[in-house]
Amino acid sequence: METAPARRPGELSFEARRRLFLVGAVGLAALLLSGLSGLPDYRDVTPLYGQVINGVAVEERSTTAVVTAVNFDYRGFDTLGEEFILFAAALVLVLLLRRLGEERRGRLDRLPRHRHTTSAAVRLTCVALVGPTVLLAIYITMHGHLTPGGGFQGGVIAATALLLVYLGSDYATMRRLRPMALVETAKAAGAGSFVLIGVAGLIVAGSFLENFLPLGTPGELVSAGTIPLLSLAVGIEVAGAFVLLLSEFLDQLLVIRRKRGGGA
Amino acid sequence: MSFLPYAVAVWICLVGLYGVVTSRHLVHTIICLSVVQSSTYVLLLAVGYRKDSVAPVFIDIPRDTPAVDPVVQALTLTDVVVGGAVTALLLAIAVQIEKHLDTLDPDELDPLRD
Amino acid sequence: MNSILFATDLAELAPLTVAGPFLLAAVLAARLPVPFQRRHAELVAAAGALLVAVLCLLLLRETLDSDAPVVSQIGGWQPRGDGVVVGINFALDSLGATLALLAALLVGTSLVFAWRSFDAVGPTFHALILVFLGALTGFALTGDLFNMFVFFELMSVSAYALTAYRIERPESLQGALTFAITNSVGAVMILFGIALLYGRTGALNLAQVGEALAQQSSDELVVVSFALITAGFLVKAAIVPFHFWLADAYAVAPTPAAIVFTGVMSDLGIYAVARIYLTVFQAPLAPHVEGLRAVLVAFAVLTALVGAVMALGQDHLKRLLAFVTISQIGLALIGIGLLTPAGGAGATLLIPADGLLRAGLFVCLGAVLHRCGSVYQSRLHGRGRVLPRVFPILFVAGTLGLAALPPLGAFPGKAIIEEAAAEVGYGWTAAVFLLATALTAAALLRAGARVFLGWGPVAVARTDPREPPTEDSELTGSRGRVPTPMFVSAAVLIVAGLLVTAVPGAVDDAQRSAHLFADRNVYAAAVLGRPVPAPDPIHFVHIGDTAVVLGVVTVLATLVLSAILLERIRLPFRLPRSVMRAAEASFTRLRRQHSGQIGDYVAWATVGFALLGALFAAAT
Repeated sequence: METAPARRPGELSFEARRRLFLVGAVGLAALLLSGLSGLPDYRDVTPLYGQVINGVAVEERSTTAVVTAVNFDYRGFDTLGEEFILFAAALVLVLLLRRLGEERRGRLDRLPRHRHTTSAAVRLTCVALVGPTVLLAIYITMHGHLTPGGGFQGGVIAATALLLVYLGSDYATMRRLRPMALVETAKAAGAGSFVLIGVAGLIVAGSFLENFLPLGTPGELVSAGTIPLLSLAVGIEVAGAFVLLLSEFLDQLLVIRRKRGGGA
Repeated sequence: MSFLPYAVAVWICLVGLYGVVTSRHLVHTIICLSVVQSSTYVLLLAVGYRKDSVAPVFIDIPRDTPAVDPVVQALTLTDVVVGGAVTALLLAIAVQIEKHLDTLDPDELDPLRD
Repeated sequence: MNSILFATDLAELAPLTVAGPFLLAAVLAARLPVPFQRRHAELVAAAGALLVAVLCLLLLRETLDSDAPVVSQIGGWQPRGDGVVVGINFALDSLGATLALLAALLVGTSLVFAWRSFDAVGPTFHALILVFLGALTGFALTGDLFNMFVFFELMSVSAYALTAYRIERPESLQGALTFAITNSVGAVMILFGIALLYGRTGALNLAQVGEALAQQSSDELVVVSFALITAGFLVKAAIVPFHFWLADAYAVAPTPAAIVFTGVMSDLGIYAVARIYLTVFQAPLAPHVEGLRAVLVAFAVLTALVGAVMALGQDHLKRLLAFVTISQIGLALIGIGLLTPAGGAGATLLIPADGLLRAGLFVCLGAVLHRCGSVYQSRLHGRGRVLPRVFPILFVAGTLGLAALPPLGAFPGKAIIEEAAAEVGYGWTAAVFLLATALTAAALLRAGARVFLGWGPVAVARTDPREPPTEDSELTGSRGRVPTPMFVSAAVLIVAGLLVTAVPGAVDDAQRSAHLFADRNVYAAAVLGRPVPAPDPIHFVHIGDTAVVLGVVTVLATLVLSAILLERIRLPFRLPRSVMRAAEASFTRLRRQHSGQIGDYVAWATVGFALLGALFAAAT
């Protein structure tokens, strides 16, 4: 069983901390529930904002997937902020997981190659899925304004292709498929182009992030003005950021060893 | 039953907080924090839900079909990305802490005790 | 020389205060094929800070001339005829523009501090601080609830990152961890509050939500959402009992980041409370304003005192300054918590002055760390003499500014808050100001005298086997001298902090701004595109003679207290042993709650959320 950690005199004991929390939690629960009881039945109404957008988005933005219209047009500025949250997190991850002086890179040729712990069937399936996954990612990204999807979803799917490569082959192969400089540049280029499209809106149409391209016909691939472009920018950034996240964590696990011989 | 999703959101939030408070392993703490954050997804989506409505995608249905709120879905998407970024960042910090201090028990970390 | 084009377009340029730094950060993070060197990164980052500063200055001038907020519709979405806002907008007023300008100046100074010497890895630091700057300005300027949340999170994520920047030090990692977890929990509370408001009003725009709520009287949902949003932002502002993370994080953050944290980030937490109360909740909660005032001022007073007492007990200098930050944010929250325009005006004056001075003191500590290899008072006894004479002078000047020496630094803000408090029957808060200010300033003065002059008894150094005898400097290069950029940034911050509120007209300008900021009808009309009503007449508050006397008394109290602490003056009497022992025991108990344990912090925060909610419910 777990033992309670050592406490210095005056500090809350583990038990006291739990009791303190439970008192607070009862109060917080009462607070939240009494507030939520003021909301209408969740089945009844669509909030005004949503109703209005549902009513006008297809016409105003030639976008049949209204969530995408909200994400990349009506509330595109939120998405800009969110993009940069991911951007900042990925930046830090590289910094945090960078090799410290005490660490050394394991030599690639010493890495386990094909230890055949995974069956041939699994490996074959994974490798066979890589192509379709990438294709699906592109499809999801580029059709975000027509059907559910968009840059985030597509970007994450694209990054999972890398994971499939790892599962289906080995780490060394995955590394070769992942030129880090290119990935980082792609991530930055995606984030940067989102801003640049916004600035173009300011210059051409007079407002930052204004949709300044012809809107076309709803339901066609080339429609909705800047929305597909912004979606693509986000897709590239998200794919880059997630490839970075996945590979930095895998690096930690597999390659970087500590000097004191702790191993991976 | 009209209140159920709201109550579920409150439950998820509090149970996650309990986990953060009592956790004895940093990775567990971080996952509990994600649990707390996910309560807001349930809440937001419940606020925008409407019975007998479709998803707000009007590609093959008439434009006046009642649809659920698209705004909360967009907000939730943003929220999910925020949560994911925070989790990734925290996990990276946890990896570093383990390297430096050889422990992941939050109660055993004490460079900051006053 | 406003050309017509320029004049009409200025508001539309406001989003560039966010987008500009973002774009430059993306450029820095891209691994360009050209050989990209450190000095390029520095130039790009400096260009970003300069761009934001210039834009904010122009916007500030525009807002000071205007009788209503200047609105910038992002994405070109004008409010619809039925009053529904479908896009996101920036609603610029002089307070928001001032805070954004402050952020740009502090980031600029932090870049000067880091110039050529901060131990930076590639362009990561510079990219991060640019993203941070964009988030700060976006948060200060936006007029949308959820957008505020997004920038709040972005500001937080980049701040966690900057805190953890020196990854080779375990305490940095742990500071970032407690910072990130407590603040994320706070953000969840904010989002719960936003969801409640959205479910009720179907709007996210501050003005539109406020209009919808003005149609109804307050009920549980309104009170609870106000409590949750307030509590969430108070986590960022580090109000007791949400304050624990701040001391851990600010004490370990690298100096260039700590400058911006202490100078503006904490203050944005209470700014957000004011902004949201005034635009959204003011109308429905107006009948209960007295109860809410009592609750907010109570939290503020507790924070001011706890921060001050804790500051007095710190050996670690940066941690000391972190507790000074907590105490002073508490004092500023007294001004905001009064919920009157005059109180807000006082806070408006107090926030930049205190922020700049604290940032300047952080730079002085950076210099001490660089030259002497430690930030523990007990280890530094007299060793600060090796620093150029100008540093002790700056340190004392900064401390006196924080102690509100009339007419400099914190004085005008403090005086206006005291006058405003007296008007609504809270005159006793002047005593809190005196006590908290004297305690924090004495803690600083004592530290300065110990480090720079070797005064006071030689304290026994904390013997902690894990602590390295000398800490690595954050700067590369020789430790034999203080780099010029360090000197420049300290001098600029402290001189600016002393003079920023002492310029003629500042007090009246602040009151005009605060009145406009508090006028919900003008705000709503400007944002929703309706004809702007005439603003309410301003009732000006003036700094009286009492305030000057109180200011002088505070400074004298500070000097006497530090002399006693340094054993330069002996008390003519001795306190009874039992009293001393009881005081020491309760101090230790308070101190031990700052345990560095995430579990403790989150438990306290949960209690705080419940308490704030219960008190708000009782008050309405």
